[in-house]
Amino acid sequence: MNILFYTWPWYVSGFIIGLIMLSLIYFGKSFGMSSNLRSMCTIMGAGKRTAFFDFDWKAQRWNLVVVLGAMLGGFVAVNFMSDPSNVTINPKTIEQLATYGIDAPNGKLAPQALFGNEVFTSIKGIAILLIGGLLIGFGTRYAGGCTSGHAISGLSNLQIPSLKAVIGFFIGGLIMAYLIFPLIF
Amino acid sequence: MKVLKFLLVGFIFGIVLTKSEAVSWYRIYEMFQFQSFHMYGIITTAIITGVIGIQIIKRKNIKDIDGQPIVIADKENSNSRYWIGGIIFGLGWALVGACPGPIYILIGAGFWSIFIVLFGALLGTYLYGVFKNKLPH
Repeated sequence: MNILFYTWPWYVSGFIIGLIMLSLIYFGKSFGMSSNLRSMCTIMGAGKRTAFFDFDWKAQRWNLVVVLGAMLGGFVAVNFMSDPSNVTINPKTIEQLATYGIDAPNGKLAPQALFGNEVFTSIKGIAILLIGGLLIGFGTRYAGGCTSGHAISGLSNLQIPSLKAVIGFFIGGLIMAYLIFPLIF
Repeated sequence: MKVLKFLLVGFIFGIVLTKSEAVSWYRIYEMFQFQSFHMYGIITTAIITGVIGIQIIKRKNIKDIDGQPIVIADKENSNSRYWIGGIIFGLGWALVGACPGPIYILIGAGFWSIFIVLFGALLGTYLYGVFKNKLPH
């Protein structure tokens, strides 16, 4: 049983993620997480002013249930299946992060420096998370999908548009990691 | 039962992404620094599993749970939206280390600060909806 508490190997989790996508196809749906953001905007009334949000979100209710399940899964995994050995990243990465003043994982999923509750009192901290979120929301809808919709679902179905999007994800990611991130920290 | 199966799929998704640390900011940072194979392994294995599964579905004409033929819509052919939208998303992904799935999962995991990311993501989605017709697709 202990094996469940340690970091799951990539081939196990990659395989299960593939099965998750396939089971949603079998259920007559598709695997895509960012489209829920659109449903949430519609639920909050965005459809009254903007045609893009004027759609029948109830047909997407199943996907919001997947989101709810994912939240419960995250809660259970962190509270009942954690181990101090988790998030053992490359020591070189830890060294590099230290030069930016970002704390080492020590079993945590996210650094205190960026995600600790102290960020609520830091304008820079709030700005980073808010701008990051904005880019994610705007970019995924513009591209018509995220890691689940394009990288997993789209590439599994050998879609060239998804390949373009995924290459775009990495171009953007590398620009952030190598050019912008060092300027922020 | 209809709703329950989606809850279960989401639950497994949340556990797998948390336990494989794909929801971890550190893992995304490490991936973009090319200092670990872990994330590449996860994505590649998921795609290989998916390619094989979809080929089986297509070749054996497997029906869905309600007995309907499975039709997977092709993505609309285009350039600008995938390149520009993709790059914009990539910038955000590498900054906050979370794509939409992990945003929800991390909220469940108890990271309150992720609500700021979710708020930003909703605002970004809304802004796209507002400016959609003015953007090159």
